[in-house]
Amino acid sequence: MRPPRAIESIHFTLLSPDDIRRISVTRIVTADTYDEDGFPIERGLMDRRLGVVDPGLRCKTCGSGPRDCPGHFGHIELARPVVHVNYVEPIFDLLRSTCRKCGRILLSEEVATKFREEMEGKKSWWEVSDKVLQSVSKVDKCPHCGEKQLEIKFEKPFTFLEGKNRLTPQDIRARLERIPTEDSTLLGVSPEIRPEWMVLTVLLVPPVTVRPSITLETGVRSEDDLTHKLVDIIRINQRLAENIEAGAPHLIVEDLWELLQYHVATYFSNEISGVPPARHRSGRVLRTLSQRLKGKEGRFRGNLSGKRVDFSARAVVSPDPCLKLDEVGVPEQVARVLTVRTRVTSFNIEEMREYVRRGPKVHPGANWVISPDGKRYDLRYADREELAKNLEPGYVVERHLQNGDVVLFNRQPSLHRMSIMAHKVRVMPGRTFRLNLCVCPLYNADFDGDEMNLHVPQSEEAQVEAKVLMAVQNQIISPRFGGPIIGGVQDHITGVYLLTRRGTLLTKEQAHQLLIEAGVTASLPQPAVVRGGKEYWTGKQIFSQLLPKGLNITYRAKICAGCSKCMKEECEKDAYVVVRDGELIHGVIDAHGYKALDKCELLDEMVREYGEEVTAEFLNKVTRLSIAAARMLGFTTSIDDEDIPPITKERIEEALEKARKRVEQLIEIYNRGELEPLPGRSLRETLEMRIMEVLAEVRDKAGEIAEKHLSLANPAVIMARTGARGSMLNLTQMAACVGQQSVRGERLSRGYVGRVLPHFKPGDLGAEARGFVSSSYKEGLRPIEFFFHAMGGREGLVDTAVRTAQSGYMQRRLINALQDLRVEYDGTVRDDRGRIVQFLYGEDGVDPMRADNGKPVNVSKIVRKIIGVVEED
Amino acid sequence: MVGVAAETIKAEVRKLDGRVPESVVKEVESLLLKVSKKKAITHEQLQRVLDATVKSYLASLVEPGEAVGTIAAQSIGEPGTQMTLRTFHYAGVAELNVTLGLPRLIEILDTRRTPSAALMTVYLERPYAENKEKARALAQEIEMTTVEDVISQMEMDLINMQLVLSLNRSRLRQKELTPSKVAEIVSSELGSKTKVVLDETKLRIKTEGGSLSELRRLATKVRKIRLRGIKDVTKVVVKREGNEYVIYTEGSNLAGVFRIPGVDKRRTTTNNIREIEEVLGIEAARNAIISEMMETLKEQGLEVDIRHIMLVADIMTANGEVRQIGRHGVSGEKASVLARAAFEITLKHLLDACLKGEEDKLEGVVENIITGNPIPLGTGAVRLAMQGGNIGRE
Repeated sequence: MRPPRAIESIHFTLLSPDDIRRISVTRIVTADTYDEDGFPIERGLMDRRLGVVDPGLRCKTCGSGPRDCPGHFGHIELARPVVHVNYVEPIFDLLRSTCRKCGRILLSEEVATKFREEMEGKKSWWEVSDKVLQSVSKVDKCPHCGEKQLEIKFEKPFTFLEGKNRLTPQDIRARLERIPTEDSTLLGVSPEIRPEWMVLTVLLVPPVTVRPSITLETGVRSEDDLTHKLVDIIRINQRLAENIEAGAPHLIVEDLWELLQYHVATYFSNEISGVPPARHRSGRVLRTLSQRLKGKEGRFRGNLSGKRVDFSARAVVSPDPCLKLDEVGVPEQVARVLTVRTRVTSFNIEEMREYVRRGPKVHPGANWVISPDGKRYDLRYADREELAKNLEPGYVVERHLQNGDVVLFNRQPSLHRMSIMAHKVRVMPGRTFRLNLCVCPLYNADFDGDEMNLHVPQSEEAQVEAKVLMAVQNQIISPRFGGPIIGGVQDHITGVYLLTRRGTLLTKEQAHQLLIEAGVTASLPQPAVVRGGKEYWTGKQIFSQLLPKGLNITYRAKICAGCSKCMKEECEKDAYVVVRDGELIHGVIDAHGYKALDKCELLDEMVREYGEEVTAEFLNKVTRLSIAAARMLGFTTSIDDEDIPPITKERIEEALEKARKRVEQLIEIYNRGELEPLPGRSLRETLEMRIMEVLAEVRDKAGEIAEKHLSLANPAVIMARTGARGSMLNLTQMAACVGQQSVRGERLSRGYVGRVLPHFKPGDLGAEARGFVSSSYKEGLRPIEFFFHAMGGREGLVDTAVRTAQSGYMQRRLINALQDLRVEYDGTVRDDRGRIVQFLYGEDGVDPMRADNGKPVNVSKIVRKIIGVVEED
Repeated sequence: MVGVAAETIKAEVRKLDGRVPESVVKEVESLLLKVSKKKAITHEQLQRVLDATVKSYLASLVEPGEAVGTIAAQSIGEPGTQMTLRTFHYAGVAELNVTLGLPRLIEILDTRRTPSAALMTVYLERPYAENKEKARALAQEIEMTTVEDVISQMEMDLINMQLVLSLNRSRLRQKELTPSKVAEIVSSELGSKTKVVLDETKLRIKTEGGSLSELRRLATKVRKIRLRGIKDVTKVVVKREGNEYVIYTEGSNLAGVFRIPGVDKRRTTTNNIREIEEVLGIEAARNAIISEMMETLKEQGLEVDIRHIMLVADIMTANGEVRQIGRHGVSGEKASVLARAAFEITLKHLLDACLKGEEDKLEGVVENIITGNPIPLGTGAVRLAMQGGNIGRE
């Protein structure tokens, strides 16, 4: 291995013909690539001096094999110069703004000097040249030599005309040669570049490593698109040269010259407007230089900004509630392939010997051994006993991934930094990656077939950075708003609710069972109730065992109905949560306690007061506790949770009928022309708005009626009210009435002329005709309703698809615009040029992650703690 | 036990000035004063509160090297997936449409010259703000009225080659205009070449020359003639907000509204950021970007720390003019050739860079990824050289 060298900067420039000849190792003259025996022809496009790609061969220039030879450039001497297509516009600008005879810029000396002075010492001097180009007047006489100027026209793709005469590339080159460098600089060409270099006389031939040929299984060689293009160029170039030599008629030479221009142009870019793209024999459009760089899969975005990596794995994910928050379950098969480079020291030498002995097939083993002199031993074939014996400090063993190793875990789309986090490995049987449920919201993962990626950091530095900066616990607080984003999901909420609600009493056995499942080994507190000689504990007591001592918080739970007069501790729903000194005294724990992406009052307080480790441990325990509680206390839901008694059904029917009548009334008033329009709206719009209002109201009304029969004794309602899953709207749509379907926020109206479906009269504006679904999901939709529902549903799908694309592009732009910003040691925010964007980050220098609800300091908390006065709001 | 006096608290708290942000100082002061009325605060407690405040502030500072830009971009971009695409009615004012959600956010970042739904909120000064009638009258003055709005029909008299407009009396009255006034404005707008004759409620317009196509052109021109109000303000709505009347307008012309007496120039605003830049300057534009983005996100129920949005607004306005987030603005003006090429329009950036002989110093993120070096952010921002061989030696 050569010592790595750091690139300090990259200089962009044009190559002069001499530069090209200097870096070229050979002139390419023949269009043929290989001879009959399949060997590369000398001075052909596959010349061995250009580098080698096939294994076993040696490069004739540098003498190294395909792994080490970077490839070398060659060149083609063009018989006649051709224009570089990508520079036709600058060439046009130069021709237009300079004298046809003396080559000076068409500006008086004074004006030119003024611009020159303006450019002087300016970093982006070319900004001036835009002004110069604009001010080069359409003078018909050169201010320097007095020559009369003719108008120059440019015809796409590469024809220049002066008056009626066509300028050949030779003429153009001659003119560009005459432009003095100080004038070309004024016109935006770097002083180190001669403008005539934009007209090519010599063509650089890239090394074979840039355009490797592929040998198909049949043994047929298939050449790269660039090679094909170069073959074309050489052929035409040769014919052109021969014809010129033979003194062929002007017309023939011109035609061939034009053809050469075409081939060279399409070699640079095959997407020039007005030029038919060069094609492969099969008719496929060739992918030439420009196309290789461009676009999402081009060199820049596809290979340079994002690269493929080793030491990674991808698999389907599935849940495992027994895993810790920061663990990831890795299949043994994966663990046997992914390795960690471990340096052998006197402390781990015996362990490493054991891994080497076990080899690549048995799990905690190793795949490679690297000796201090850099030799690699493949443990599949090497004498493992021997190697293990010879192992000594200084060797490196590539051992299997094992429990406790730090890995990065990722799910696309990686929208925020929580999409890649560091987990600890837990090798387990099975073929999927397993993860704790609490991290799902961060990755936005579910288990309907999602796949995730795993990366193994190799160097000690990378491992430590991953562990310290990217560990799951460090991401509990979101940098977006400074609140917790990891928390319980779904059953975690239901379970704890069932446990902590009033009336949950547990026997000693039950209490012990729950605590041991949660991983708590402390002894039980005093029983809350002793009845008939038996001791009982409340669910709140059990839950309190998980809370850290000294935790104090008061908040309202999700189930809080928002009564006009809060009963506080006496709340009949037990929605007023009071925790004192780590003891849950009042209230139930639900979504507002610790649900991910919800209010998370309990977690918020815990993270701020006790830190991330304690919180992570709490989450580990509470999730297991809640699942155990749900299992113990029993929880199930089914379709008959949405059953409502016939009387209620009738009342809903009545309400719907009333609304229908009301809609008809509105339409009648409208038809009579008596409808009072809302300010700034037409009559039709007013009618629509009024009807929508009525129908939205009746849906809510139907919901209300149904809700009276859906109490907290109903499991589905428990899930909705505690925020575990679903909403009351979901339930009422199932039980009572689905409601109005809409497209673009309006009632359905398109389809046939004046009606949505042929089942209605044209112009019918009634509720049914315009997409009102009065059935409930449970009783089932009528065919027409079903169709309407599908219309509304389709819009939702399209909306989601469009939104992902749009927001994805927005984020790409945001990232690109902002990514170079960083906070400096002086507290300023600067970009990559060192320009100050903010003098103090966020005007107060506070990290949003550490801010308390957006404020730098939580003053009232400090005062409360030190002085002890609690001002209740 | 006697607590410290209010004056002592004030004096002691003032010592925090310069050590913690002003807002915190104020909060500490007001809270301590409030508490001291209920309970005596000892000198020692006071000191402890102040110390704890400073400590808490220092603990909440950002760390040097933090990639605040990327975090801000993610914090705004990630919730984008959760936003709606549709435009809804303005909260409270059903008459006006306003762009919301993701399209609005994109619009702000694009800094379009004309937002798809331009909207002004015009606050009024004293007498107008309290009186509904006066506010209405002012609104009338603002709303643009064109000839089209006050005529019931327009005929082309091909025999005499003239336009005949029938003015609608009730509409005229509504807009506080008279036929003669209309005639006056129309004739002054069209210049001396055309003759405008008022005949009761009929307005006859005749031009010289007089080909059919010219008459047609005249007709479209006449329709759009502004009789009163401010250009581009197509609809006004007067709303009571709190204890004052506020005018909402569709279409925006800040400079025009400011010329109308009775308009509160300090609070009146528009959602057109470019216009704010032109009329009120770059600082105002920055604040407008912040408040517009915060509002858009809040309306969608998404919580994003204001610091992220400030950073976006600051980079958009750092040059002294509003720049777009994208290839025509911030990204297109990057120092690094590679960074520009890796974003969009790869070839043009590379070719231009060659012609200009540009040099890429590899100081940004993308360039270092491309060249395979550590990026200059976070732990990569630290430049520390150390003689490795001497570690562990005496």
